[in-house]
Amino acid sequence: MTREEIIKPENLVYRRTPVLTDNIMHYCPGCGHGTIHRLIAEVIEEMGIQDKTIGISPVGCSVLAYNYFDVDFVEAAHGRAPACGTAIKRLNPDKYVFTYQGDGDLAAIGTAETIHACNRGENITMIFVNNAIYGMTGGQMAPTTLLGMKTATCPYGRTVEANGYPLKITELIAQLPGTYYVTRQAVFTPAHVRKCKKAIRQAFENQNLKKGVSFVEVVSNCNSNWKMTATKANQWLEENMLPFYPLGDLKTPEK
Amino acid sequence: MAKELKLMKGNEAIAESAIRAGVDGYFGYPITPQSEVLEHLMIENPVEKTGMVVLQAESETASINMVYAGAACGKKVMTSSSSPGISLMQEGLSYIAGAELPAVVVNVVRGGPGLGTIQPSQADYFQTTKGGGHGDYRLITLAPASVQEMYDFVQLAFDLAFKYRNPAIILSDGMIGQVMEKVVIDDYKPRWTDEYIAKTFPWAAVGKPASRNHNIITSLELDSAKQEQININIQKKYKVCEEKEVRYEMINCEDAEYLFVAYGSSARICQKTIELARAEGIKVGLFRPITLWPFPSKQLKEAAKNVKGILSVEMNAGQMIEDVKLATECRVKAEHFGRYGGMIPDPNEILVALKKQIM
Ligand SMILES: Cc1ncc(C[n+]2csc(CCOP(=O)(O)OP(=O)(O)O)c2C)c(N)n1
Ligand code: SF4
Ligand SMILES: [Mg+2]
Repeated sequence: MTREEIIKPENLVYRRTPVLTDNIMHYCPGCGHGTIHRLIAEVIEEMGIQDKTIGISPVGCSVLAYNYFDVDFVEAAHGRAPACGTAIKRLNPDKYVFTYQGDGDLAAIGTAETIHACNRGENITMIFVNNAIYGMTGGQMAPTTLLGMKTATCPYGRTVEANGYPLKITELIAQLPGTYYVTRQAVFTPAHVRKCKKAIRQAFENQNLKKGVSFVEVVSNCNSNWKMTATKANQWLEENMLPFYPLGDLKTPEK
Repeated sequence: MAKELKLMKGNEAIAESAIRAGVDGYFGYPITPQSEVLEHLMIENPVEKTGMVVLQAESETASINMVYAGAACGKKVMTSSSSPGISLMQEGLSYIAGAELPAVVVNVVRGGPGLGTIQPSQADYFQTTKGGGHGDYRLITLAPASVQEMYDFVQLAFDLAFKYRNPAIILSDGMIGQVMEKVVIDDYKPRWTDEYIAKTFPWAAVGKPASRNHNIITSLELDSAKQEQININIQKKYKVCEEKEVRYEMINCEDAEYLFVAYGSSARICQKTIELARAEGIKVGLFRPITLWPFPSKQLKEAAKNVKGILSVEMNAGQMIEDVKLATECRVKAEHFGRYGGMIPDPNEILVALKKQIM
């Protein structure tokens, strides 16, 4: 069969969504960020809201997310994306507004902005990519770094005495009445990818209801700074991250 | 347009002016001596009048980032605070300047450093006119000397902010924020429509129609050569601003042998000192910069040609005096007189200082 014979519309099982640009992603091969971007973009395409969506990128490895999504984008200062999302949504209530943040961004420097946007019940979607490390700056300890885990700033492993406990910010914000939908997902297997996409879709659709924050944590990897191959990183994620950050819904809209 | 006369506090004038100027959003956090801005906005509830959004944020850090993001959508947005809160906003101001967004900030200055005092001060001159946050940027700085100017400068600040796509700041102080004066106020101006914003500000992040590329609001450019070019463009813009936007006022300068240089509250007090001085036959005038950046350097240099000495009167330990000396190239004696830490100079002590330091 020739290439042309294979690539026929009726044979097409997958294509890149036009909501992603042609720009080559700078993410390390095996990194979860790219997959999560794709899921969000597919949801935007499927909902037909490309012209109504405003995204907010963080400071972290996904700082350049705006180069990959073909939607209008605002790059926030480190941790301030929920404050940005608050203003954009309140000033443009008919738009779909989402933030995309790492763990350092959302759960350390931006903790106040995160908690207060959630507590005010801002009608936005928050995507939280937890890779238990500061990816962009070269693998320092994050608020979500597991006990015993080695990073550039806890080279002998995180200890409670020196560094306190890993922060389960998702459990924390699920307690707030301003959050409407809170879930923890992952993207390290095709099955998880499909589930995660459903959750992201739900989180975007919820904006139509004006009931508060829809929050999707994605337990992800950082194979580069975890200093593992991509396959090993995903295995490590399953064995170490998931027991501490169990997947599933933490808060679902009452039916 | 129907004009109305109202008695109000400086802080209330800021709030009232914002509503009537068709501002889209105000984000703020309480701090003395400017809390009346947010309080007045909450009382007026402008969402019912013009659709203006008013939100009490969790911190000044959050408020300025709300302003950043609102501005990114081409909306007319603002915040206000007082010194310690403005210090927290420096990060956001730098981002707004870096992303070349229009926004208005009001600083009702109080005495510092640190928690300082809630009394009036002009000690934030350096922070406002020389930077404050990181990077090469400037804030277009307007210094009101009356409640009427508090009112008028909100609209002016938005005009300049949008013209130059740069933050503009109203540098007031606790005295002008708290004092009550008569103000001429305007009718309500409607807010800009979404269609108008999308058409007039093609850079704004408002949702990408199929007809154009996506808009990105960012201050990041990792390629140094490109980042330098961005900086060069920003500096070019500042040159134009320096040429075109200088504002100042000269009072009793025609026959003056001495000059007070003072802005805001200090300029008001100096006017009283001029009366006292002239009663004694001392010919002194006032040069009042209205824009502190761009500073009216050329104009001051010109004015200084005919005088024997200059006293820079400031409610700080000597900040604007540096710009006065730069402007006059030290060709004429220029000294600083200040009270600080929340102390307001008395017209008589300014006269004494003039005699002792300059005459
Ligand atoms: C105010 C400020 N402090 C520190 C930094 C440096 N910095 C950039 S990204 C980052 C951490 C990002 O980690 P995370 O949010 O977990 O994102 P990841 O890269 O892991 O996806 C830090 C500390 C910064 N850019 N701004
Ligand atoms: S450093 Fe880590 S988080 Fe960043 S792109 Fe690479 S793998 Fe992903
Ligand atoms: Mg991280």
